[in-house]
Amino acid sequence: MKEAGILSKEEIEKVTPPLDRAEKGPVAVIECLEKIPCDACGWACPFDAIIKERITVPPKIDYDKCTGCGQCVLVCPGLAIFLIELDGEKAKVTVPYEFLPEPRVGQEVVALDRRGLPVTKAKVLKVMRSKDKTLAVTIEVPRELFMEVRGIRI
Amino acid sequence: MLVPLNRRITSHPILEFPREKSVAFMFEGKRIEAYEGESIAAALYASGLKTFTRSYKRNRPRGWFCGIGKCSSCLMTVNGIPNVRTCIVPVKEGLNVRRQKQGLGTLPSSLYENPEVEKFDVELAVIGGGPAGLSAAITAKRLGCSTLVIDENFKAGGQLIKQTHKFFGSKENYAGVRGIDIAKILLKDLNELGGNWLLSSTVAADYIEGGKHVLIVPSLVEPKIRVIKAETVVVGTGARENMLIFPNNDLPGVYGAGGVQTLMNVFGIKPGERALVVGAGNVGLIIAYQLIQAGTSVEAIVEAMPRIGGYFVHAAKVRRLGVPIYLRHSIKRAIGKESVEAAEIVQLDENWNPVEGTERRIEVDTIVLAVGLTPASEIPAQAGCKLTYVPELGGQVAIHDPDLKTTIPGMYVAGDSSGIEEATTAMLEGRIAGADAALSLGYKPDEAERLKEKAKRDISEFRESPFGERPRKGKEKVWSMMEAIS
Repeated sequence: MKEAGILSKEEIEKVTPPLDRAEKGPVAVIECLEKIPCDACGWACPFDAIIKERITVPPKIDYDKCTGCGQCVLVCPGLAIFLIELDGEKAKVTVPYEFLPEPRVGQEVVALDRRGLPVTKAKVLKVMRSKDKTLAVTIEVPRELFMEVRGIRI
Repeated sequence: MLVPLNRRITSHPILEFPREKSVAFMFEGKRIEAYEGESIAAALYASGLKTFTRSYKRNRPRGWFCGIGKCSSCLMTVNGIPNVRTCIVPVKEGLNVRRQKQGLGTLPSSLYENPEVEKFDVELAVIGGGPAGLSAAITAKRLGCSTLVIDENFKAGGQLIKQTHKFFGSKENYAGVRGIDIAKILLKDLNELGGNWLLSSTVAADYIEGGKHVLIVPSLVEPKIRVIKAETVVVGTGARENMLIFPNNDLPGVYGAGGVQTLMNVFGIKPGERALVVGAGNVGLIIAYQLIQAGTSVEAIVEAMPRIGGYFVHAAKVRRLGVPIYLRHSIKRAIGKESVEAAEIVQLDENWNPVEGTERRIEVDTIVLAVGLTPASEIPAQAGCKLTYVPELGGQVAIHDPDLKTTIPGMYVAGDSSGIEEATTAMLEGRIAGADAALSLGYKPDEAERLKEKAKRDISEFRESPFGERPRKGKEKVWSMMEAIS
């Protein structure tokens, strides 16, 4: 985390799920590496796939148990959890979103990287919503961008 | 000068602003349309007014700064009463509001001559209805103690009511729940238990008479003074925002972080179009995100330290929105005549001195200071508690033990007023203090003891985080001082 708020290459590698797992279906990517006192993801997961040894120990994920349901994406107070899924030349990336206007399925949006810079145009595939108004927006991007794209702009 | 402008936010990704009933009042001869539930200052700001008062000596303009009655930037004369903190007094049909010449009002001759005096007794008086105070009252009330929560504001919930972000913490301490929703839960809990409330009321004094605390509590909205006898008192008065020294730091358009949150998240009023945030602790990072949600663009965050002070995840959230964070940078000056027109930022060297030639002008109308908080220790100080200055806790605090007991019998402190930390620990401290207060009165000793020990375990686990190290050290200092005294 040399640059404020941006994961380093090594850190990105550390949080990247096994690619063969991501080929099988959506899986969570947890970009939370600090010892902050929080266990919201741990209890939000319906499949016990997120392990919190202690409230101040960063979450670990059991990729076999994770179904990519996205409940953790909707709950994480740090908005630090994403979903990825690899599908041939394409990848699906799910990002939390709390702005207006709300994206619609089928709409074309701008996919942003960790610095908020536009990297590609992307189509919205799915929009999930929490009771407290956080959205989890799934977009389709070129495969090589699956660990680059972390935001959208409408 | 009034500009024809409505700064009210009509759509927001998280919040709803119902604005069901309109209210009109007079401001210097002009009719101002407002909505029930707005403060006088908020309604004036929404209508386009930026200069609320003027400095006494140099007649400099002052505007919205803290929004919670802790600074003096919004003092006006309301219905003939001078120096009214218009940010915490609600609008009412037909009010007559005027600004004061050179900031000073004129005392009325007869308005408050015979205020009504009401006397009553309570077992636990809680001063401040924020996360600490509410938790103290809920815990004590649950154990059987009669409680009264007193707050200056006309809305209950303290600073929780403007925290639109989800909280960290553990499940039983509302992890993943927005601050605004935690406020609703706590208020519901207390109301269901039948806990009493006194809003729009300031505790002017606390003294001991016949072994009991006596609180003198004038109302801010009617000519009435309450004299409350209490067996125990929990002080949860929170904190005030720190100022930063730079030229023009008093211009309208320079806000405290909490002040800007009150404006946009409590009253649904857009502070400005383009903002600079000073400070990359959690508060600064969260504010930047919330400004963007309110429709204000954030041009930059500057941080004097070589690293961010807040959580990485909060920083990542704003970086993804394209907001730059300039480390080792600070604000050099605010630019503008009657209000902020721009800011000049500058790089700092390793000794915190500005590096010449690195000045950069940023076009903003809003400068948000998120440079820390200072505990509000006035009531413990006035009551005679022994105070101490603890840098790790943000300033002067009442010396207290791990049960939050101060050196004055029956008086507790909890939350930010006992040392700057955050809302989850404030709730836990409130529980400890509330349980101990009930315990001291003999209510359900086993249950009270159990609740207290559970909250203590939770708080020490919470402070295991590297982010909890500073407050933990501060608390340990204060506890050992208390031990030395007793």
